Parts: sequence; C-alpha cells; structure tokens
Amino acid sequence: MSGTFMGMPAFPDAAREAVRDPVLRANLRHATHTIRDKRARAVAELADWERLRAAGKAVKDHALRHLDRHLVQLEEAVTAAGGTVHWAADADEANRIVTGLVLATGHREVVKVKSMATQEIGLNEALEAAGIAAYETDLAELIVQLGHDRPSHILVPAIHRNRAEIRDVFTAEMGRWGRPAPEGLGDDPRELAEAARLHLREKFLRAKVGISGANFMVAETGTMVVFESEGNGRMCLTLPETLISVVGIEKVVPTFRDLEIFLQTLPRSSTAERMNPYTTMWTGLGPSRGADGDGPSAFHLVLLDNGRTDTLADEVGRQALRCIRCSACLNVCPVYERAGGHAYGSVYPGPIGAVLSPQLRGTGSAIDASLPYASTLCGACYEVCPVAIDIPEILVHLRERVAQGGPVTLGGVRVRIRPARGHTAERAAMRAARLLLDRPGALRAGERLLARARRLRPRRLPGPGRAWTDGRELPQLPAESFRTWWARERGERA
Amino acid sequence: MRAALFVTCVNDALYPRTGIAVVRLLERLGVGVDFPAAQSCCGQPQYNTGYRRESEPLLRRTAEAFAGYPYVVTPSGSCAAMVRTHYPRIGRLAEREGRGPGLAALAEELVPRVFELTEFLVDVLGVTDVGAYFPHTVTYHPSCHGLRGLGLGERPQRLLRAVKGLDLVELPDAGECCGFGGTFAVKNPDVSVAMGTDKTGNAVGTGADVLCGADNSCLAHLDGILRRRGEAVRTLHLAEILASTEEEPLT
Ligand code: SF4
Repeated sequence: MSGTFMGMPAFPDAAREAVRDPVLRANLRHATHTIRDKRARAVAELADWERLRAAGKAVKDHALRHLDRHLVQLEEAVTAAGGTVHWAADADEANRIVTGLVLATGHREVVKVKSMATQEIGLNEALEAAGIAAYETDLAELIVQLGHDRPSHILVPAIHRNRAEIRDVFTAEMGRWGRPAPEGLGDDPRELAEAARLHLREKFLRAKVGISGANFMVAETGTMVVFESEGNGRMCLTLPETLISVVGIEKVVPTFRDLEIFLQTLPRSSTAERMNPYTTMWTGLGPSRGADGDGPSAFHLVLLDNGRTDTLADEVGRQALRCIRCSACLNVCPVYERAGGHAYGSVYPGPIGAVLSPQLRGTGSAIDASLPYASTLCGACYEVCPVAIDIPEILVHLRERVAQGGPVTLGGVRVRIRPARGHTAERAAMRAARLLLDRPGALRAGERLLARARRLRPRRLPGPGRAWTDGRELPQLPAESFRTWWARERGERA
Repeated sequence: MRAALFVTCVNDALYPRTGIAVVRLLERLGVGVDFPAAQSCCGQPQYNTGYRRESEPLLRRTAEAFAGYPYVVTPSGSCAAMVRTHYPRIGRLAEREGRGPGLAALAEELVPRVFELTEFLVDVLGVTDVGAYFPHTVTYHPSCHGLRGLGLGERPQRLLRAVKGLDLVELPDAGECCGFGGTFAVKNPDVSVAMGTDKTGNAVGTGADVLCGADNSCLAHLDGILRRRGEAVRTLHLAEILASTEEEPLT
C-alpha cells in the first residue's frame, strides 16, 4: 500500500486498465449509482438545500480567508483544554512528529480512525519504518489494508471490491495480523461484518495509542469533530490513552454554530443519511484534563499544511480547500465510474482529486499533469457539491497551468512554472487552428479542402487521430460547408 | 423579426444540414435569418484545453461579427454556454492581466443577445409546436452544456413532444455525459468511448430509430460509436427534426 503513489502512469493509461476490467466496471457502476440515487433523494427532502449549500460555501470561504487567525485561535483553545498542538509544514515533518509521539509512549501498536490526511502523508508507511504497526479500523480501510491494496474512493475505500473478493482477503490475511477469520467464512455482508468486528475488537481493547484525522476543527472552542458510520472510530477516539489527530489546516471552521450547516449537508451528501450515525466531538482532554480516566489522557493535534497554504494563494484553485470530503462528486462522475479511483494516482480520487492533487503536489509528474484533463467538464460534480466548488472552472484553470505554464506559489514563494512536457505539438496545433479560424479566407479554403477529402472516406486516422478512430467512425464529410451553401443559396458572400 | 445565425464551426464544416435546418425552421416561423460572414469559432476548444489566450481573438471576432443583432441564435448548447459562462471570465482575466477592458466589454455586450436554439424558440418566440412532422420513435440526449450549463430544462423535450407523428421515448440515465468532452475524446479515448458506448447502449435499448441531440459534437462521437458497432439507430440534431414538415419531410 502506497500513500504517495509516486511514479504513477498518466491518467489515460491508468484508466485504460480499469475500463477493460468488466468486474471492476460492474462493481463501480452498481455502487456509484446506488449512492448517487440515494443522495439525490436525501437532498431533495430539504427545501432549503440551496441555502445550506451557499451557507456552507460562505462559512468555509470566511474560515479560509482568515485562516491564520483561526488557526492561532484554535491552537490556544486546544492548548487551554489540555491538548498539545504541533505544526507540520509538509508530509515528512508530520510523519516525524507522529512517529516521535508514538515512540515516546513506548507502545508499538496504534489503531487508526479512517483519515484522508494520514493517507495523504503516507503515515502508515512511516510508522512501519519505525517499527510501529498501524491498524486501520474502518471496515473498508481494513479491507484495503489487509488486501495490500490502495483505497479507490473517499468514503468507500474498497468500492472496487465485491463481497466474494472481501471474503477471500479476510480468510487469507486476518490471521497474519491478529484474530483470524472464522472457519468457512461466507460472503454474506453480516458474516463479513462480524468477522471484522471480532478481529477489530481485540485491537481496540489492546491499543494504547489512537490516530485519527478530523472532519472539522472549531477555532472558537478547540473542538474536534469526527463523522463516521460504524462506531469503530469512536472506539479509537475514546479507548486509547494517547490520541493523535492529524488534520489539514483547511478543516477549521470559526464557530461551533457553523457545524449546524455541515451536520446537515455532509451526511446527506456522503451516505445519503439524514443524520450522521456517529459524530464524535472532543475538546482537548475535556473538563477533567483526562484525570477521570474517561477518554485519552494525552491529546496531540498535528496541523498539516503540505501544500495547502500554496493552494490558498491561488485565486481560482483555492476553492478546492472548501471540500468537506463528502465524495458526492465521485459518485456522480461518469469518468470516475469508468476509470475507477486508482487511476487518479492519489488518495483523493475523482473530480476533487483531479483538482486537489495537482495543486497539493504540483503538476510536475505525469499523473499530476494529466489529472486536469481527466474530465469532460460535464459539470455533474459542481451541481452536487455541498460547498459549491466549481470543479470544472478549476480544471480549466489547471489545464492552462499545465499547457502554458504560469504563476504558482511554491513554499510560499510566487514563481512562474514552465508548461508541462508533451504539450508543444498541441500548443502549435491550437495556435494554428486559431489562426485559421480567425481568418475567414483561410477558413473557406480549409473547408473546401475538407469537402474534397470526402472522397477519401478514411476509416482510420494516423497519429493522434487514431485516438478517435480506434473506437469510433469519423463523421461523414458533407459535399459543401454551410458557408458555401449560404453563398450559393442567398447569393451573399459568406 | 430578424435573427443572426451563429452556426458554429463544427456545424459549418461538418454538419451544414443542421445550419440549413435552422434557417428553414426560423424562416417558416416568420423570422428573417442573417448569416454574418465574419463569424467563425467561439474559441471553446482552445479555452477548454488550457489555451485561454488563443480564445481571445475568437471572442473578439464573434462579438464583432454579431454586433448590433438583437438575437443571435445558435444550434449548439455548448457554444452558447461558452459565450454565456466563459466569455465574461475571459474578459475579466484579460483585464486583470493588463490587456485592457475591451474584451470584457465585448463579452458583456454580446452575452444577453445569444440564445441557444430551443431557448429562442420557447422563450423568445413563445412556441413549442413549430408545425413539424417526423413519424419516428425518437429518444433525446440532453448534452451537459445545455442541461447544466444553460439550464435548458425540458425545452427540447417539449418541442419534440409537439412534433406530429413523433413518439418520444425516455433515454435511461439521460443526464449523464456522453463522454465527448471536446479534446477529452482524444486525450482519454478509452474512458470517452466507454461512456459513449453506455450512452448509445441506452439509446439502442429504448427501441428508438433516432437518437436526437442539440449539440452535433456530442452526436458526432455517439454516431461514430453507433456506426462502428453497426447499430441501426441514427443520430439527428433537434433542428433537423423541427425543420421537417409534411410538405418537406426530412429524408
Ligand atoms: S468537492 Fe464537493 S462534492 Fe466533492 S468531496 Fe469535496 S465537498 Fe464533496
């Protein structure tokens, strides 16, 4: 399992495999369509959905605009409540901090709440390198971890697996990590869940260190909020002696009241539930400062930047930081449905991944330079996003960055990056097309040429044109252009 | 009433019959049609692929070509959406990047006058029954830029339902993208064709003879897949169906 996905091929190549895998296609289609339809019904129940959406957007924008102030306020509140706040500029620093904190406890096992931030930084690998075993406790994450796999969905990381595959993974792997799967395990969801429950219960009762992320952090009170559906997260958040939360700095909201909006929009958008099943909130060590033995006696908050401040500097791209990771955009995305989550080469797949990864990681690698093009700009993601992130707008903006280069902020410094490799021919073609289209005389001549090519009736094109003709016939060329018809018919020069 | 036809570059070069259908349809409804010869492409391929600067001269050309026309009608939801949603942004950015307020002003002046064909028919002319005749079973694919970009809603279906002899059958998952996506079709051909194959499969499943749309670029992609697979369903632009009458049926 790799958290960083380095050396991924570009999106089109990675997607090709998924497109040709009929089992994966069927799993994804079934899963995304089911969640998609349920979400639509859950959202339609709220008469004020559009206002909630606008409010969520406004709150997040406000929080981001004054991020510096809110983070300091948060730090003060968490510290006052007995927690310790650490600041991590990048993945390495965050991993170092967390590893150091775990080693200092003397324990070598941690239980984890599902967290995107820790996957983003590759924390499990860093812990493993330090001799610490990290156990994922979210059911789907457990499936991914036991299967030596990578997550392919934000909310349902094992969406690419079906029941039979999960049974096989449990049977083969559970025993190597702890309590083995029961003899003769079937693929009934209840049986699978029970096997996971027994396997995990042992870990919860034994672990002294828990690691989590958070969905929200309230600046005013220092309260951390985790949304989950299984209760396994709550086990990790309450049973261990030490709790370490790694959270992206963009997760801060100014006031406790702001949660009202997201308590409504997040569950409906992600699981299509009216109310989230397990919402855990904690403020530092609580009023007793951990002395009552209820909950952890040490709490560490690691605030993670890892490209977020640089992203915040970009006027168009910064709206991606509003994301509350509901995954609604994945579930409606026709490209995600065919390409699968792995093709996006990041823990953030789908439309949000296509705009987030090239900002957090830059557009230097093949996969990151190809992600802005992994969309038809159909707009389905924007339509469902509960914080109204205009993903198509960011995609076009990032395409511009990839194709033309331009200003970006790297490590707080404004620099101009050069175009990504492989766009020279395209740039020339786009320019040539524009020159042709901007000169009516040349355009008419071009159209006449095209009309003459009609007799050739090509079925396959060479070079880049093959990308069209490999799967499609070419349009049948007309005898004359509209312009020519008009001139003939109306006697006007056109 | 007079309107200027913004035929779009794709229709001009590849689908003149769609432009001709718009002319016949509008004239039949009593609208005089002009074809400003200076028009060309809206600049969408450049803009959407990341070459915004290359789309600026085309914005200027389009705005200048249609200057003074109270109604600019286009049989392409995608190009109408380009003008309506992206021209103002291109103008704003050009100004911010120090190229003056000219493009922004041109965009602002053009945007309210541009109408996608079904908007013009339903909202401006106030007709849904255009007197068309087309005795076939038809299913309709609402392209994304029409559906979500312009919010065309049921306008195309209302027009189709009023066509004499036409049996409109619902396309399953109609709102889902067909997979064309401009340069996406060649940059991500596998996903593009997979999406198009699902879309055409749904169309074939309806039993319709015709898969109708209001964007010929999407239809070119879908038609290419249908023909490669040897399917009998044919694709037709909405304008061609609406132009067809009992006296002059579409052949
Ligand atoms: S971008 Fe919007 S829809 Fe997608 S995961 Fe984030 S909040 Fe949800």
